[in-house]
Amino acid sequence: MMKQLFPAIRLLLIMTVLTGVIYPLTMTALGGVLFPTQANGSLITQDGAIVGSALIGQANEDARYFWSRPSAVNYLQSGSPLSGGANLSVINPTLREQVAARAAAIREAHGLAPDATIPNDLITASASGLDPHISVAAAELQIDRVATARGVDREAIAALVQRFTEGRQLGFLGEARVNVLQLNLALDQQ
Amino acid sequence: MEKKLQVQARPLFERAIVQRALGDAVRKLDPRQMVKNPVMLVVFVGAIVTSLIVIADVINGRVSGFNVQILLWLWFTVLFANFAEAMAEGRGKAQADALRKTRTQMTARRLHNGKEDRVPAADLKRGDLVVCEAGDVIPGDGEITEGIASVDESAITGESAPVIRESGGDRSAVTGGTRVLSDRIVIRITSEQGNTFLDRMIALVEGAKRQKTPNEIALTILLSGLTIIFLLAVVSLRAFAAYSEAESGLTETTATVPVLVALLVCLIPTTIGGLLSAIGISGMDRMIQRNVLATSGRAVEAAGDVDVLLLDKTGTITLGNRMATNFVPAPQVALDRLADAAQLSSLADETPEGRSIVILAKERFGLRGRELGDLNATFVPFTAQTRMSGVDFPAHGGQAPRSIRKGASDAVKKHIESLGGRFPSEVQSSVDDIAKRGGTPLVVSEGTEILGVIELKDIVKGGMKERFNQLRAMGIRTIMITGDNPLTAAAIAAEAGVDDFMAQATPEDKLRRIRQEQADGHLVAMTGDGTNDAPALAQANVGVAMNTGTQAAREAGNMVDLDSDPTKLIEVVEVGKQLLMTRGALTTFSIANDVAKYFAILPALFGGIYAATPGESGPLAALNIMGLASPESAVLSATIFNALIIVALIPLAIRGVNYRAMGAAAVLQRNLLIFGVGGLIVPFIGIKLIDVIITALGLV
Amino acid sequence: MTVSDLLQIAVYLGVLTLATPFLGHYMYQVFTGARHLLSPLRPVEQIVYRLGGIDSQTEMRWTAYAWAVLAFNAAGLVFLFVLQLLQGLLPLNPTGLAGVEPFLAFNTAVSFVTNTNWQAYGGEVTLTYFTQMIGLTVQNFVSAGTGIAVLLALTRGLAARSGETLGNFWVDLTRAVIYVLLPLSILWTVAMIGQGVVQNFNDYTTVATLSGETQLIPQGPAASQIAIKQLGTNGGGFFNVNSSHPYENPTPISNFLQMLAILLIPAALTYTYGKMIGSLRQGWVIFAAMMILFVGGLTIMLWAEYSTNPILMEGKEARFGVINSVLWAQATTSASNGSVNAMHSSLSPLAGGVAMLNMLLGEIIFGGVGSGLYGMLIFVILTVFIAGLMVGRTPEYLGKKIESREIQMAIVAVLLPNASVLLLTALAIATETGLASRANPAAHGFSEILYAFASASNNNGSAFAGLNANTPFYNTLLGFAMLIGRFGVIFPVLAIAGSLLPKRVAPPSSGTFPTDRPLFIGLLIAVILIIGALTYFPALTLGPIVQQLLLMGGA
Repeated sequence: MMKQLFPAIRLLLIMTVLTGVIYPLTMTALGGVLFPTQANGSLITQDGAIVGSALIGQANEDARYFWSRPSAVNYLQSGSPLSGGANLSVINPTLREQVAARAAAIREAHGLAPDATIPNDLITASASGLDPHISVAAAELQIDRVATARGVDREAIAALVQRFTEGRQLGFLGEARVNVLQLNLALDQQ
Repeated sequence: MEKKLQVQARPLFERAIVQRALGDAVRKLDPRQMVKNPVMLVVFVGAIVTSLIVIADVINGRVSGFNVQILLWLWFTVLFANFAEAMAEGRGKAQADALRKTRTQMTARRLHNGKEDRVPAADLKRGDLVVCEAGDVIPGDGEITEGIASVDESAITGESAPVIRESGGDRSAVTGGTRVLSDRIVIRITSEQGNTFLDRMIALVEGAKRQKTPNEIALTILLSGLTIIFLLAVVSLRAFAAYSEAESGLTETTATVPVLVALLVCLIPTTIGGLLSAIGISGMDRMIQRNVLATSGRAVEAAGDVDVLLLDKTGTITLGNRMATNFVPAPQVALDRLADAAQLSSLADETPEGRSIVILAKERFGLRGRELGDLNATFVPFTAQTRMSGVDFPAHGGQAPRSIRKGASDAVKKHIESLGGRFPSEVQSSVDDIAKRGGTPLVVSEGTEILGVIELKDIVKGGMKERFNQLRAMGIRTIMITGDNPLTAAAIAAEAGVDDFMAQATPEDKLRRIRQEQADGHLVAMTGDGTNDAPALAQANVGVAMNTGTQAAREAGNMVDLDSDPTKLIEVVEVGKQLLMTRGALTTFSIANDVAKYFAILPALFGGIYAATPGESGPLAALNIMGLASPESAVLSATIFNALIIVALIPLAIRGVNYRAMGAAAVLQRNLLIFGVGGLIVPFIGIKLIDVIITALGLV
Repeated sequence: MTVSDLLQIAVYLGVLTLATPFLGHYMYQVFTGARHLLSPLRPVEQIVYRLGGIDSQTEMRWTAYAWAVLAFNAAGLVFLFVLQLLQGLLPLNPTGLAGVEPFLAFNTAVSFVTNTNWQAYGGEVTLTYFTQMIGLTVQNFVSAGTGIAVLLALTRGLAARSGETLGNFWVDLTRAVIYVLLPLSILWTVAMIGQGVVQNFNDYTTVATLSGETQLIPQGPAASQIAIKQLGTNGGGFFNVNSSHPYENPTPISNFLQMLAILLIPAALTYTYGKMIGSLRQGWVIFAAMMILFVGGLTIMLWAEYSTNPILMEGKEARFGVINSVLWAQATTSASNGSVNAMHSSLSPLAGGVAMLNMLLGEIIFGGVGSGLYGMLIFVILTVFIAGLMVGRTPEYLGKKIESREIQMAIVAVLLPNASVLLLTALAIATETGLASRANPAAHGFSEILYAFASASNNNGSAFAGLNANTPFYNTLLGFAMLIGRFGVIFPVLAIAGSLLPKRVAPPSSGTFPTDRPLFIGLLIAVILIIGALTYFPALTLGPIVQQLLLMGGA
């Protein structure tokens, strides 16, 4: 072992420099040149102020906005930058209760029948707690409420939703979705 | 003319053997014995632990009939495994007893300083000289130093025809216990009493000196590993069960120690674990039934791995001698004249070749054998100088004297040319043709005239081609060894269907060939009998020495064929393969069995967990796909099945799995179907049946 | 299930299969020292040897190889441990994080050195940029390189016709990093940044949200670490929620590329292996066995999710949907990757159970970089031994006899991780301290603990993340589980390599047990499932199986 220890330590140091210093620094430089916006967090600025990131969702309970999915970490709005899911088992009664309560709240807020189906993503916590998207169905469900709250034409809102609907990438990858923050920012600009 | 094997078919469950085995099964409970088999040791310890629990229960006045039944079946499991081993050993012992009968108390006539004295055979030392005359039993293994005798070796070979033994050369070894039938010989004893061939044989058969073979050791390691894994699974299950039961609000546990021990015993590979040594012993036993004595189990195992067979041509592939098969007359010579001359020249020739010429002439041309004396003829014997034999007739009744000769073509050619005759080119081409076909041409002449050629050929034994095809399918290459020239060898090799041949092979060539095959990764088996075969026999992975061979040859090989039948090599390989197959098949079977056992025991253990109302049946009751009557009957049925299957498979372990000469892929497919798929299904049926029976009997 | 779901699976598996021969062939060239695409980088390799004081020409016996592995990993472990303790004093610490608490530092150091990348920490609140770069990223490379090196040693042992040495660990490791891991990582990093993965040294961003609240968004050099975390089957996320974090995995394309990266090298190594032993067929047979197990597990998972999960989107991201979450879960637990893009704890119980079983089988369904294949070869050896006897010959693989020594070592390699899972889970579940970390009650609580030890003992790193594993109890036990799972397999594997090396190769014949036919694939799968299932059936019964039955029974 002693015979191998010396090269072991030297090689570890060389690898540290190569993969721990040169590699990430080069990549940071390269990323900054090629994709400066993305590399720095896809931040959205309005009037010089950062209003969010296109990739990080925000909590919103205002009837005038589209609502994001439930989050186990309140979209980093509680002072901690720590992401996280709820990690509850589907047979855990707590989760059942949470989901039922959220569904009831949504139904009430949107004036739906007690047995109306709610898009599942709207009543379940996302994995990251930061999900910037909701499903198209979840967005459509909220159109009437937003239109009413804003006192604007339903069609205008619907058109906006359609504008911010991202289809499957390359036509088949992932799911169609709506970026809530971008949609809400667009609402405010109308 | 293949020698008939005399496999001593012993009924599987011979009364005496079973009785002795029953006793031995109990005697084998000795912990020092049990330690040798890790799998069964775990069962043994489990049975002891359960016994202690039941005893404690009895003392506390809480006897559970269920626990007692588990206890009984655990002990049965151990006993059944012991019984299997004892059965295999018992069959070996029975074989040994039969052999031992030949060793009646003998006295030996020892030569001491030229004088003879009578001493008990048991006192003979290595190097002693003894005298044996007609009627004497040879007192020990040895080498003839003087004389020639016919010996009855039926005591060890079962072959009644006497064999000739003589000093010097390759037939000088004699075996203790055999009987001299004629003449007088002086024997130098080569092994001490108690270590003679027969002694070693008996010891081996009895399993007294049995050591685990390499593959058996590897398999034992695997089985021990599996046992440890299942031990961990069951031990940890205790904690998992306690947690689950607590979370379900259950206060009483079903995962009691006796039930967990039963589960463990069901899971660990007891089937193969219990039968493993029986399989090994039976492998040796099956060799001995074929009159082959292996010096170790390792040799039997190696036989299964052999993929190159070196076979001596003569006696193995061909009948011992060449036979006349055809007459080819010279131009302008009538065929029947040639046949007549050939027959005449061979009438006094007592060699097998000579006789075959007489017979061929008789069969083809209806020529009857005549006595040479009646014809007043003089027989001219074969000599090394002339390399011809023949017959001379004096002038008789107006006929001119005749001089018929037959012999190798160059010899006859020289002979007639010296008399002023001519050797026709047509005859020369016939001679060449015959040689090319692998035959031996004998040219016949009368006076200065060449009459034609007799074709002598090696006759390949019947069925050899099929045999070699089978071997090839099994992935075994056959190499024919012969002293013939390459041309002849090639022709016979082609006819017999061997894969390769070595012509004009010397013992050194054989040794070199074996080394080369081994360097290429092959495992080689060969037979041999001469002292000069000894190095090759020792080098070969499986060296089968002929019992008629020299002591040196017998010591060098790792098997001795008491029948001295070189064809036996093929069977030796088959027995080896069968041994390994049986192990693999039962291992597969044993492991596949576990699936069903889980489906019996787990629902029984956890049927009540996470029930909507404690005490009722919970979601895991759905795993009871066999519909077993109750948790108790389920556990018991699995345990009983696990014990009984050992007994049920004893015949298979002792006889070995059915062996067929097929390629590995086909064999695998077949055995997988029987023992893999069968191993999955059989216990489902068996456990269900047992469940129905014990429920009907009201045992649970 | 929709057509689009099937299409995504088909494209994923198709690309993976297509890439296998190309990358496999390239790696064959790299590891046999032949000329290849990146041969111009030769001088870099030479400089590494010169600076490292490494004699690249000297080959090692298996013992020397094992010592080298041990020395290198021990050095890495100590370095990473100390680095974490001292990170408060070191640069690139924009949020002023303190040194890591020792139990957690031990756990994390072990985690990254053993290629497990179990996260008892949340990256964005525990580790500085400096630690992530200098410590974690480096180990992501070299632990993957170690796995490849050990596989190469075993392969050489199997392929050798003579000789006593298995190659040179330093050379194998260096080549793996310079020619394989680093170039691929660069490609992936650029692609990831393009999709939106962050790569900067900025302070955490404070945002005034639309609703007038304050949001604290972490930043960091994530892309460069994420590329190697997937390619090296490490799986340790830059952020707490790993690849479900939108900064770590922002789009379906980034998701696809990361999923591809998870299985890319392990799959390609089967081809490299086939090439090195001189029989591509043998390589493809192993690939096929892995693929069948993969698709089988995936099918069960998809069925369980779509047909039985009443709360389908819990713990999943909207952009990935069910299909990508399940496909990822299957890929990450099959490989010893352990990164997640959905919360496994909230999968339907059976799907979670399949994820567990994937790990419990020993991480051999493609498995970790190098480690998956050498783990699979252990099962190949066991299969050959059990079934090989049935053809009536001493079992052999690739013409080399499998005897006591190999079986002994194979059993050790299978036994140690299993013992670690079973005994440590039993220990945790029997103690108050162990139970206190559960986030869910009853059967799922048991599943959380079982999952943790399954993940650690098989160097996966994913979790039923409800379990609070950042306690001295779990940090210590899981740390040891990871060490056992990694080195309890590596050393037996190297011993097998050493023992096989000098063995003569028996040429194949029709009497040889065939290991390159469909029947063998079936047999191998059966042995894997039976050994794995028999060991864990009781445990899984009390966790995922009973939960699934409860779920379907309407509880």
